[in-house]
Amino acid sequence: MTAALGTPRVPVWRDVRVLKWVAQIIVVAIAVAIVVWLYGNYVENASRQNIPTDMGFLDNPASFQITGNSLSQNAPVRDALYQGFLNTLRVSVVAIVAATVLGTVIGIARLSTNWVVRQLATVYVEAVRNIPLALFLTAGFLVVVLGVFPQITDAWDLAGLAVVSNRGVAVPWFEGSGAGLLVLFGAGAVAWFAAAKWRGRVADRTGALPRSGLWGFGAFAVVVAVGWGIFGYSYTLPSLDGRGTIGGIRIDPSFFALFFALTIYTASHIAEIVRGSIQAVARGQAEAADAVALSGFQRMWYVILPQALRIGLPPIGNQYLNLIKNSSLGAAIGYYDMTLVAKTTVGNGSPAVPVFFLVMVVYIAISLIVSALVNVANRRFALVER
Amino acid sequence: MSTTRTWLRHNLFRTRRDTVLTVVFGLLALWLLYKTFRFIFVTGRWSIIEVNLQLLMIGRYPEAHVLRLAVTVVVLALWGGLLAGFIRGRQVRSGRMTAADSKLSRARVTDLVERLWIPLALVVLLLMLTSTPGPWIMVGLAVAAALVGRLVGPFVGRLRLPPIGSLLVVFVFGAIPVVLYFYVVTAVGFDGWGGFMLNLFLAVCSIILCYPLGVLLALGRRSGLPLVRLVCTTYIEVIRGAPLFVLLLLANVALGFFVPDSLAPATSTRAIVVFTFFTAAYMAEIIRGGLQSVPRGQIEAAKAVGLSPIRQTGYIVLPQALRNVIPAQIGQLISLFKDTTLAGIAMGLFDLLQVSGAITSQEDFRGQGLIAETLTFAALMFWVVSYTMSRESQRLEKRLGVGIR
Repeated sequence: MTAALGTPRVPVWRDVRVLKWVAQIIVVAIAVAIVVWLYGNYVENASRQNIPTDMGFLDNPASFQITGNSLSQNAPVRDALYQGFLNTLRVSVVAIVAATVLGTVIGIARLSTNWVVRQLATVYVEAVRNIPLALFLTAGFLVVVLGVFPQITDAWDLAGLAVVSNRGVAVPWFEGSGAGLLVLFGAGAVAWFAAAKWRGRVADRTGALPRSGLWGFGAFAVVVAVGWGIFGYSYTLPSLDGRGTIGGIRIDPSFFALFFALTIYTASHIAEIVRGSIQAVARGQAEAADAVALSGFQRMWYVILPQALRIGLPPIGNQYLNLIKNSSLGAAIGYYDMTLVAKTTVGNGSPAVPVFFLVMVVYIAISLIVSALVNVANRRFALVER
Repeated sequence: MSTTRTWLRHNLFRTRRDTVLTVVFGLLALWLLYKTFRFIFVTGRWSIIEVNLQLLMIGRYPEAHVLRLAVTVVVLALWGGLLAGFIRGRQVRSGRMTAADSKLSRARVTDLVERLWIPLALVVLLLMLTSTPGPWIMVGLAVAAALVGRLVGPFVGRLRLPPIGSLLVVFVFGAIPVVLYFYVVTAVGFDGWGGFMLNLFLAVCSIILCYPLGVLLALGRRSGLPLVRLVCTTYIEVIRGAPLFVLLLLANVALGFFVPDSLAPATSTRAIVVFTFFTAAYMAEIIRGGLQSVPRGQIEAAKAVGLSPIRQTGYIVLPQALRNVIPAQIGQLISLFKDTTLAGIAMGLFDLLQVSGAITSQEDFRGQGLIAETLTFAALMFWVVSYTMSRESQRLEKRLGVGIR
């Protein structure tokens, strides 16, 4: 074709197709060379110092105790790391829920018509966003838990529901299998969903008010209560007993401080996202809600928030990821999450590189899973335009 | 009077529920204010800050070499002033600004004070806490140097120089910070640095170093070459999936394994390496967002006038892409600045947060529970810098007219 038009053949060194491949090969070669160089250095240095590079250390005894865990010192490193992983999940899940609620409330408050509420929310966001998380963590641990909370002998007893002291916070807890309870709550959630669906259909057919929230919660409560009775669960309230607490479950001070710091810090970021998302909802929506005489709460709950959530979901998902990764900071105050277990086991003689490699792989896996979930949710809720 | 009443009615007592909210949260706010004021002026024992101010600001930097830091600050002030004046001069020359715009007017002074009163107030507060005249002299000289630079700068900027001359000017501007860096570092290695200075230094170094890498990664991820895209995407996703804290721990105990002994860096350098590679991945994602926001027509127009691919990117795409995501970029930089505290925790560097913890166990202050005071001071330092950065980013965004065609 080119010959037919009479243009000369492009020489190889100016042929774009060739150049593109050459460029790619060079980039990949550099990347591979860097990795090979690093890995070669590592193998050489490790063998010179007689440090194993395989995963054999996982079977060695951990020889340290995880606070608030019954795992024995002879248990292998593998189990200790797994308990650390569970601790990471625990604090992350609880803090994600709390930060979402607090952040949403503060985000809404920032747009309140009430001057006092608006200013308070603004001060909160501007103050918290610009201070390092590590500082909140230290403050939560050293100032709030160890400074403000009383000695165990004169602990605060909050109406018999919680006992607060500098040894931790004791709250009511159930007795029995935790996994069974999770299944129970799962079944309750399914019941909630089914009831809400059913009410939606009824409302479509008859035009009655759906009240799906009320019905859904009712179904959930019934399922959980029945299951609770059948499986013979019971609960205990915490109470003060000399120099300790009995009953309920005692939340470790480090857990409490980490939870406190993660919640306070992430809530300020979520609040900004919520505010931005609410402002991004078209004005006409609020006016339409006013026009059909919805109350302020109804307007927010049924009209604005669902649409704002759709806009804010991806960035809020990012904040969840940040929170999970930030929970590694618990190592600084002695909360045995995956990071602190890794750090301790390295201190006890496990090889550093494989341990941290493993931990990083787990964190990356968690990140990928959470972002995949967020993507699925986003695809489900995203507004399909035209 | 009636306007006040309308305002009150609209903002505080719109409905009955509003009134309840106002009373409840008003009381809460008053209680918080009372507590804060009481802490600051009555119960807080601030002598620990006064005594340890030097430790908090520059750590255990040897007394003999503190003068070098002062010289650096003054020269940097001169440099900043010169640069600002130089840019203003260039703008006047190119006709984007008139000479009248750079006249010192009352409006400009009030504007400056309004923008920068918070950091200025902090500097004054810190000076009030010092017991030696050194810092006063340093700040005075720095202000004078900045003013001199700002006044001289425009003359340099307005000159019409031959290419060699322009190169020389650029070279001198670039060389000054490097020379200062060596001037300070040759006296005291990184491991002697500490306090708030270390936080600032880690942040500034990483910010400067992460930009080129971030831009390259972003371009690589948007490239049409699949293998390049793969390499960049893998890097970005791996780094973004791992917590910074774990990366810092890893670098602290294991970086020595990956490089030959001759290259094994000092602890602060390790921190800078980690911060740079970490922030570059996030920066790349932000810049990628900016690249995606540049309209296709811009690239097509650049092609139409026959720019080479490198010039299309350098002159047309990147300037718009970077401008479009200024808030996100500054947000990332603020977050980097805040994260420098992690280096203290993970690597045992003596940064501001570590100093604030350590000084409470000094002999004079042990067991008095002064951690609240020292942490408040640390929080104030971080807050002022971060808040100023975010305010300036909003202003920059407005000035560059993002979103306005």
